[in-house]
Amino acid sequence: MPSNNAKSNMNTERRVFIGRAGAAAAMLTLAPGVRLVDLALARSADEPASDQMRWGMLVDATKCAQGCTECVDACNEEFGLEGMGRPKTDAQYIRKIDLKDKTTGKRYSLPVMCQHCETAPCVDVCPTGASFRRVDGIVLVDKHICIGCRYCMMACPFKARSFVHENLTNQVPEAPRGKGTVESCTFCVHRVDRDREPACVEACSKAGHEALVFGDMNDPGSRLSQRLRQLPNRQIRADLGLNTGVRYHGV
Amino acid sequence: MRAATAVLSWALICATGWTAVAAADTPMPTPPRGKGEQCVEPTDVMRRDHMRFLTHQRDETMHRGIRTKKHSLVECLECHTRKDTQGKFLPVNAEGEFCDVCHDYSGVTMDCFECHATTPRQPKPASARFPAELGSDISFRLRIAP
Amino acid sequence: MKPVRYQTLAGQSGGYWILLAVLAALVAIGYAAAHYMEVHGHYVTGMSNQIVWGTPHVFAVFLIVAASGALNTASISSVFGKGDYKPLARLSALLSVALLVGGLIVLVLDLGRPERLIVAMTYYNFKSIFAWNIFLYVGFLLVVAIYLWMMFEPRMNKFGKTAGTIAFIWRFVLTTGTGSIFGFLVARQAYDAAIMAPLFIIMSLSFGTAIFLLVLVAAFEWTGRPLDDDILRRLKNLLAIFVSAVLYMTLAYHLTNLYATEHHGVERFILLEGGVYTTVFWLLQVILGSIVPLIICFSPTLSRSRGALVAASILVVIGGLAQVYVIIVGAQAFPLVLFPGMEESSTFFDGAVNDYAPSAPEILLGIGGIALALLIAVVAMRVLPFLPERLGEQPSATSEPVTAEAATS
Repeated sequence: MPSNNAKSNMNTERRVFIGRAGAAAAMLTLAPGVRLVDLALARSADEPASDQMRWGMLVDATKCAQGCTECVDACNEEFGLEGMGRPKTDAQYIRKIDLKDKTTGKRYSLPVMCQHCETAPCVDVCPTGASFRRVDGIVLVDKHICIGCRYCMMACPFKARSFVHENLTNQVPEAPRGKGTVESCTFCVHRVDRDREPACVEACSKAGHEALVFGDMNDPGSRLSQRLRQLPNRQIRADLGLNTGVRYHGV
Repeated sequence: MRAATAVLSWALICATGWTAVAAADTPMPTPPRGKGEQCVEPTDVMRRDHMRFLTHQRDETMHRGIRTKKHSLVECLECHTRKDTQGKFLPVNAEGEFCDVCHDYSGVTMDCFECHATTPRQPKPASARFPAELGSDISFRLRIAP
Repeated sequence: MKPVRYQTLAGQSGGYWILLAVLAALVAIGYAAAHYMEVHGHYVTGMSNQIVWGTPHVFAVFLIVAASGALNTASISSVFGKGDYKPLARLSALLSVALLVGGLIVLVLDLGRPERLIVAMTYYNFKSIFAWNIFLYVGFLLVVAIYLWMMFEPRMNKFGKTAGTIAFIWRFVLTTGTGSIFGFLVARQAYDAAIMAPLFIIMSLSFGTAIFLLVLVAAFEWTGRPLDDDILRRLKNLLAIFVSAVLYMTLAYHLTNLYATEHHGVERFILLEGGVYTTVFWLLQVILGSIVPLIICFSPTLSRSRGALVAASILVVIGGLAQVYVIIVGAQAFPLVLFPGMEESSTFFDGAVNDYAPSAPEILLGIGGIALALLIAVVAMRVLPFLPERLGEQPSATSEPVTAEAATS
């Protein structure tokens, strides 16, 4: 037991140290394509998620290419969303929306996924608590206790959720999903917990667009926070006061 | 009289111990051996409590983001799935495979695999795989210890 | 007051057995439909990721709302002390339990994971109105069951008023909870309105009274029990008031929505351009489901006809289903507005009006729910004395004290 305490103290100290150093390093050195999840956030497998941080994302619509679906494809690959050839019932965690300003005719293209709201309507309405918000801000569905009532889908202002309409086989080990439950973007929580960034962000960078920035909104030194300070940005349906974790620039 | 005999023989079975009777007369399930010498817990503990470990790990991972490997279902697959003659993984719940043998025997339905993968992910290029975990299992093990 | 004698259905006639068989067959078909949906998944239904609540929810919500309203007659007799309705209080309470069970079964069988009902009973999120409703529904069954016991057991009669009052309050809370399922949805243009709760309460009064009237007439006529037109006239007047009130609340709801310019899109959709939803709204809900019944009820000649009254009640039921359809499906058909002022398009049907066609399994499941409610009522009336022997001012054949229950051995 003492050794365990010592270990966790050490962990905390190490984290604080690395946090500061990492924040400083991030401000100085981060270049595109380098590991984007700040070192400060690294935690070992036995440590729970921390309420000190809030994962978030910035979508830079000025860099998002019309017709490009790299992020969507990467998501489908990551979660094994194969589709049954039935567009109306096939799951989509992230989708590209094309916008056209009715007044000016200006066109935009951007991805929309679960916005990981601070006050998420899906979490409020879920009768069993299967829809929940992790302490670090990621909104998830616990499919073990989801009864498939779909009230969350009625409540979500972003249409971010899908319902599994059929029996599935050959699921991806890290992304369990099955008939009769509701699902949505998880911010790739299985990657984030292992200090990697979401698949869509990685794919967007790889394609050279850099339209998606992921990181800790609570860490002023994170690349995400810096970008959010630099670029004017907004929330979708800001009128609902949901304090979304996904922000948009350039629309 | 017949009732008395039945009660008596039932009492006798209880007294001599179920296992003794089972060992003598009852065919026992023989699931295929997993990889390695030893599972993450002693075999009799796993037999009795694997569902508790899995449920505990499920809640820890789902709600708190704890990703230790010891009682992770994904890790179970690593050792307990077999390959067919063409080198393709057989689903762990397929007939005659690890989960199925005992669950079929005991008549206990599991719905784990309506959502969870039944085989390990086929190997991918190194860059796409998850990095090895750095943390240890100490705190987790302490928490579940009886 | 004259003594009331209750009598079970004889249940010997061929007609009774045919009715029982038909209802049981419909229930079996409904269950088979649900089983089919569960085995294959919901892709075999009309629902999608855009229309997530479809026809089963329409039937379920209709039945649950009507269940609360079916208790009207009992409430009027016990809470408001109108003795004329007292003989019908048992039937009224029975119907409300039966309708609620029918509605809940449909709701549960349409879940993605109906076998996890136990999860819904063991994990609660008390911020969710759904979680509250689980208590409200189960509690309602319990409260009405106790109320029935108070009515059946002569020694307990004196508690009838108290039990009736509790049931009366409970049903208002229950319908408020049901309406709030929609009222609390901030995301959708057509919902997010506090008026949903009172609207649902008024709807419950109207639908429940119509169903009660239908069952009452059928039960009395098919068993040859004398039924005084006086009680029907009163129920007809009640129905007319409730139907008018629903119309008024509907008007208020749309006017409230129209006040905010940002909601003009969805209002234009429902009221003018929504295709099938506009038709269902105007033709089924407003004209056939409200105005025609009102004409029948207020017409001095038509309202004397028992047949016309039955027709009016059937129309109210159809109009009610239509209204719930527009509220549930119509509201989802209208696309969510993510970016006001923009035309949206995507592979996920953003910005597009979502189409929905009820599938056979969904409709059969819904009908199965109605059949189950009626089956419960028909069997219960056979087993226990729910129905009075006669109703009205005709000279009574007996002069026994009030407590005289018709023993059925």
